[in-house]
Amino acid sequence: METANVEDIKKHVRVYITVFAALMALTMITVAVSYLHLKIVAAVTVAIFIATVKGSLVASYFMHLISEKKMIYATLILTAIFLAALMALPLFAHSDIITYHHVP
Amino acid sequence: MSIDAHARVHAPTVLSHPPAQHAELGFWRKYVFSTDHKVIGIQYTLTALLFLLFGFTLMMMMRWQLARPGEPFPTLQFVVPLAAIGAIVVLISGFRPKVGTVVGVLLLVFAAFVYWVASGEERMPDGVMLPEFYNQLGAMHGTIMVFLGVVPLAVGGFGNYIMPLQIGAIDMAFPKINMMSYWTFFLGGVTMLISFFVPGGAANSGWTSYAPLSVIATAGQTVWLIGMVLLITSSLLGSVNFITTIVQLRTRGLSFFRLPFFVWAQFVTSFLLLLAFPPLEAAGIMQLMDRIAGTSFFMPAGLIVSGQIQPNAGGGSPLLWQHLFWFLAHPEVYVLILPAMGIVAEVIANNTRKPIWGYKSMVYSIIFLGFMSFVVWAHHMFMTGMGTAISAFFQATTMIISIPSVIILSCLFISLYGGSIRFNTPMLFALAFLPMFGIGGLTGLPLGLASSDIHLHDTYYVIGHFHYVVAPGTLFALFAGIYYWFPKITGRRLNETLGKIHFFGSFVCMNFIFFPMLIQGLAGVSRRLYDGGQQYAHAQGVLYLNEVMSVAAWVMAGFQFVFIFNLFWSARRGKEAGENPWEATTLDWAATPTPPVPHGNFEKIPEVYRGPYEYSLPNQAKDYAPQNELTEA
Amino acid sequence: MQIPYTVMARPDTGVYNAKAGIWLFLASEVMLFGALFTSYILLRVGAPTWPHGYEELNVPLATLNTAILITSSVTMVMSWASLMMKNFKRYKLFMALTILCGLIFLIVKGFEYEHKFAAGHFPSTSNFFAVYFTLTGLHGLHVIGGMIVNAYLWGPGSKMWKTDPQRFTNRVEVAGLYWHFVDLVWIFLFPSLYLL
Repeated sequence: METANVEDIKKHVRVYITVFAALMALTMITVAVSYLHLKIVAAVTVAIFIATVKGSLVASYFMHLISEKKMIYATLILTAIFLAALMALPLFAHSDIITYHHVP
Repeated sequence: MSIDAHARVHAPTVLSHPPAQHAELGFWRKYVFSTDHKVIGIQYTLTALLFLLFGFTLMMMMRWQLARPGEPFPTLQFVVPLAAIGAIVVLISGFRPKVGTVVGVLLLVFAAFVYWVASGEERMPDGVMLPEFYNQLGAMHGTIMVFLGVVPLAVGGFGNYIMPLQIGAIDMAFPKINMMSYWTFFLGGVTMLISFFVPGGAANSGWTSYAPLSVIATAGQTVWLIGMVLLITSSLLGSVNFITTIVQLRTRGLSFFRLPFFVWAQFVTSFLLLLAFPPLEAAGIMQLMDRIAGTSFFMPAGLIVSGQIQPNAGGGSPLLWQHLFWFLAHPEVYVLILPAMGIVAEVIANNTRKPIWGYKSMVYSIIFLGFMSFVVWAHHMFMTGMGTAISAFFQATTMIISIPSVIILSCLFISLYGGSIRFNTPMLFALAFLPMFGIGGLTGLPLGLASSDIHLHDTYYVIGHFHYVVAPGTLFALFAGIYYWFPKITGRRLNETLGKIHFFGSFVCMNFIFFPMLIQGLAGVSRRLYDGGQQYAHAQGVLYLNEVMSVAAWVMAGFQFVFIFNLFWSARRGKEAGENPWEATTLDWAATPTPPVPHGNFEKIPEVYRGPYEYSLPNQAKDYAPQNELTEA
Repeated sequence: MQIPYTVMARPDTGVYNAKAGIWLFLASEVMLFGALFTSYILLRVGAPTWPHGYEELNVPLATLNTAILITSSVTMVMSWASLMMKNFKRYKLFMALTILCGLIFLIVKGFEYEHKFAAGHFPSTSNFFAVYFTLTGLHGLHVIGGMIVNAYLWGPGSKMWKTDPQRFTNRVEVAGLYWHFVDLVWIFLFPSLYLL
């Protein structure tokens, strides 16, 4: 484990509070945007984008991912690739069905 | 058996555990709820072997129905041999509670179970198998063999016992989680067995449990789902443990490219289990919701079953189940084969007295194989109406994934060239693995090509293909592993003559069982037909093969009894093995006593100086250089 | 002999064993929730109609729950930081707050569920509700699991602070990683179910 001293931790605490504030703000923003009742594609894009930012903040700072080494990153990147495949390919299969005729 | 060997007094030169530090554990903590990877490995091995025999017995019952459809079942002819081998194992092992006694008693219990299940109005009225019951046998045979037999043996058994030894670790990274992983597996297995006793019997919708049939199926399907949740939990606990152990607990000098190929195989396998199982767990939860809470995840609206419209809200997708199921089930088949390749590599290197040819290529191939295995799954779904683009994608990835397989197989073959081959029993099984896996792999190609799959999907050709890979493929490799490592675990050798009888008999029978399936499949005989194709005109010409395959299966059982006898007889009366009877280079043989030090494995933690297969180095006194020995100048 | 790297990190990987283990477990959890999200997407894309989340569900209540869970994440990391600063009393305070936040989250969730049931909305009512109940239900089970672990670390488990403080701090860190993940899942669940 990191041989940290009290000063380092105090700096981290400042970061945690900042991230906390950011997360609250982003939560308010994402709820506010939902009241705009955007069209579905735009709504999904904005919502997922904000969620990704929030998630990245939690992962990077609360979970200290930003200071981790290769091993953790490698596992997570691998997971992300497989999750992307799991999400994308069945959707692709859903849209490419053998009985559909493409009417030009 | 082997656990008693562990209890033998061992006088280490350097105490691995200062005596003051740990009190002697009671019976239950030492043998039942042990956290030691060796005990857990043996628990997994014996449990898995019992399940393998059970799954095989279910199949032998099915083969009666296929060869002699509608004829009364000769119960005693099945039950008496099972009971006899059980009684023999009890007699050999002795009546004071030894491991062998427990196994023998369980064999007797299985015999009783077969007697019970081969009767009853809902299963076999007047001894004639009902189609509903045939379906139960089919679904449970597949489930038990894959999830309760092969993987627990290959990963839970071999992985747990051997891997820590081969990396120079005193135990797994998380010993308590290891123990939980075994007992969760055990609970899952018991749950699966209980499903036979539920009204309507066991799961009967295939091991694939396709919706909507599985959603409307009898209660046994719910028990199957619960059993799967337990088994998946066990698997997840295990894979976290394996990966952490291999990454964190490698001893000094053991870099990744000095690892025995067996360890690489377990490493990649664990990643497959870790990341591929959760979607099936999610799917299982959703199917449970469909069955119990009336949701419609996989259920379209308006289905009519036996004249009744189903009341569910609808909007669900049966294909969703297939995607989630095969997302796991395809990597699962690589889970079935990778540890086998690992074992074969160990046995071949050791018995050719030369390094494995192309070790680095094999390592890169196995990593690439593991990665690709996640993006090929819909080749099981070519007949679901997928369009040409998506089918082309999966066909391409499937063809690509055959490349690393071929590389690994080729390297193993080439490793034989110029070797000083020792034809002992483990080597015979390892050698047979090569062409058998070759046939299995090659027969997969027309299935992976979408156009030929149109004709072959859901026929006996598929069954022939995958059984070639798993039965004379993986199972032979596992037998090779048992014959190879039995001396390490028990300190005694398995009888070579009985071993060779076991090998030759099994090898011949395997081919007589599974090759005809390829022929029947090409003729168009569908799978999962309880009468073996009798009612179909196109099957008439190949129906005679049903009798051939069934007889071969029953004869095969006889040869397995030879193995079972050998196992328990040699544990007590086998020839003493000595420290390193195979003169192997890897740490499991070279750095630990035989059997390993009960607590801590090693008298002295080894340090590694070279690669895993340094056999026949020039100008050395002996033809092998253990990883942990400095060479003489 | 002890199993190495249970407390000190292995130099080349930079982690101690339990941290490696929990990240691997979290990777599997990503696949678990990911598969459920995938199913949600597929079912919604394939459906002729699908209600907006804000039409059927209580957005203000869920926003409150989101804030509560985020707060619990901060208190969780603060409890670990307190241990790093050798302040056991502060640790107990922050861990208690974390558990409290979790409890409030579950109570609010309970209210939501009860309200839905009273209005005749069950998982079987439609796939919208099937997805809602299954996703939030599984997440809720994970919250409960995390709370049990946290309660143990606040209560009987905290004895380890006296005998092996660094190992105890590691345990809290590992539990924290799990808890942050539970928060992370909710960060995606909330907009996906309630706002779209």
